[in-house]
Amino acid sequence: MINLALEVGTTQTPESVLFWFLAPISVLAAAGMLFVKKAVHSALLLAWVMISLAIFYIAQDALFLGIVQIVVYTGAVMMLFLFILMLVGVESSDSLVENIRGLRWIAITASIGIGGLLTSLIGRATLGHDAYGLAGANRDGNVKGLAEQLFTKYVWAFEVVSALLITAALGAMVLAHSQRTKSKFAQRDLSIARFRKPSLGEAAGLPGSGVYALHNAVDVPALLPTGKAAPTSISAVLEARGDMIESKKFEMKHEQEEEK
Amino acid sequence: MTNAELIAQDPGWIIALKGVIIFAVCVVLTIMAVWGERRIVARMQMRLGPNRVGKFGLLQGLVDGVKLALKEDLIPKAADRIVFVIAPIISVTACFMSFAVIPLSGEVNFFGHKTAMQLTDLPVGVLYVLAIASVGVYGIVLAGWSSGSTYPLLGGLRSSAQVISYEVAMGLSLVAVFIYSGSMSTSEIVEAQNQWWYAVILFPSFVIYAISMVGETNRAPFDLAEAEGELVGGFHTEYSSLKFALFFLAEYVNIIAVSALATTLFLGGYHALPGLGFTEQWLGGWFTVVWFFAKVLLFFFIFVWLRGTLPRLRYDQFMQFGWKVLIPVSLAWILVVSTLRVMSQQGSSRFAIMSFTFAVVLIYFIVTTFMEKSKKQLQEAAIVKDSAAPNFPVPEIPNSKDRAEQLNG
Repeated sequence: MINLALEVGTTQTPESVLFWFLAPISVLAAAGMLFVKKAVHSALLLAWVMISLAIFYIAQDALFLGIVQIVVYTGAVMMLFLFILMLVGVESSDSLVENIRGLRWIAITASIGIGGLLTSLIGRATLGHDAYGLAGANRDGNVKGLAEQLFTKYVWAFEVVSALLITAALGAMVLAHSQRTKSKFAQRDLSIARFRKPSLGEAAGLPGSGVYALHNAVDVPALLPTGKAAPTSISAVLEARGDMIESKKFEMKHEQEEEK
Repeated sequence: MTNAELIAQDPGWIIALKGVIIFAVCVVLTIMAVWGERRIVARMQMRLGPNRVGKFGLLQGLVDGVKLALKEDLIPKAADRIVFVIAPIISVTACFMSFAVIPLSGEVNFFGHKTAMQLTDLPVGVLYVLAIASVGVYGIVLAGWSSGSTYPLLGGLRSSAQVISYEVAMGLSLVAVFIYSGSMSTSEIVEAQNQWWYAVILFPSFVIYAISMVGETNRAPFDLAEAEGELVGGFHTEYSSLKFALFFLAEYVNIIAVSALATTLFLGGYHALPGLGFTEQWLGGWFTVVWFFAKVLLFFFIFVWLRGTLPRLRYDQFMQFGWKVLIPVSLAWILVVSTLRVMSQQGSSRFAIMSFTFAVVLIYFIVTTFMEKSKKQLQEAAIVKDSAAPNFPVPEIPNSKDRAEQLNG
């Protein structure tokens, strides 16, 4: 393969330096992806492998492919992956129990099949053919050359793939969609609900620590204009935990004395 | 000679020097931008802003930087140490990289060499900027995750969802530019705007880009990833000292980068304002740099203006706006633009083009009329017709006979 590339005359010293520098790192990252414990580290290493692949593409004059690889795979697909990992819980490790019986054998067969398919396809495309040469392929620029191939010779395959992708996206949406069993409470509904309560005491929201308060810590109640403490101004969680200071202590003294 | 040909002749030392200059310009701009933003916002809020350090407080940004560097560098116990350190580095590296393809000037004399102030010219330059921006998000997301705390995680999640959604709208707004200029290279797009800026002929694209660039940089009114009232500091809550300074730097360089891209794609890049073309020859071509930065700083001023004016959006409103307004509108606009482009390239008669334009305008008016109508219906449905007093105590309405009249305004 190296001879082939030299014949066409593209492998120059900078490119081979780049290759020998990046290739070991990306192989290490790819291997590390399988062995690190945390899922997020694994995803990061995969992202790195994708970026270094993109750099290889660019070094081999497939500029468009390299940039699109970063935009689509690193930028969108891996990011969504990370997103899900974060939502699901990053600390959870993979369970090694088979959920579906025989899944392991199906997986092994399928991966051998795909490997064979790829090998035979790439072999058929390269073996026994003379290299066309980058100069010819990129004659009108890399982007135009690719566009011409995609929209003339391979337009059918291109459309089929796009139909497949759209179907997959729609399928994902249908599967993920669930109908709401009860209506969502919006700000307006909540406001109406507050006014429908038997007492209007909380219609304007719970009291915050007001101008009469002597203290603004979260475990200290707000004072009402009368000088009385407002127990509703303290989070119910603090109350349940017993982290609350006796409200009476903060009430305005002179008010009580006057009442007496 | 085009920029691409000029740059291709650069010897190694010029490339290295250009890289250093771009880096230095970005850092200095950031320091000045911090000062500028604080002064402008202060003026908008009838305050003075920083005016103590140096003349007019010009050195404030520098002093802030030194202060940040001298602070204690903390790494929380629950943090994932490696990722925690890598995250700000990713963020700051990515934002500098996007400057490589931005043409800052036309043909200039650079220490005896004829070249252009642009590090490299890729045929897919604009896509490269998008790619780099999407790598930059990793910094924010990883910072949020690795901090090992809830608020940063929420900030990271928000920002990743935000940037992905607004990148779709941004990418779509660029398609019209690609169609019209017939290229994805930044320098060729600038050249294609010799006669008309794309901000004029592709006005809807420009508006969509301008909105989504604010969303993409996590700036007010779209700064949900670091909403102080909700998430403390968002993804950088746990960061301190130089690591925080890196995020700070990244945010401002990002603002300048998206502004520079907007200038390049829509405002004619380094070219002078229409009618002032003769200024481009001043200082041996170096005056184009002045034009470029004038336009970039105009965008920066708008960023600050937005921050000083608009309240933060609610998260669901923000997402709805991105997916249900920006993306459909830009798709429809691309359809119109590409049809017009094909028609003019195939040499359709003027009548056909005019009638197509007319049909589009007509459809636009019909759609908006229907939308107005349904809006009106909703408004009518919301009007309170019941004038009887409710069965709970309400404050007395002064100077009014009818309750319903008062409620409906």
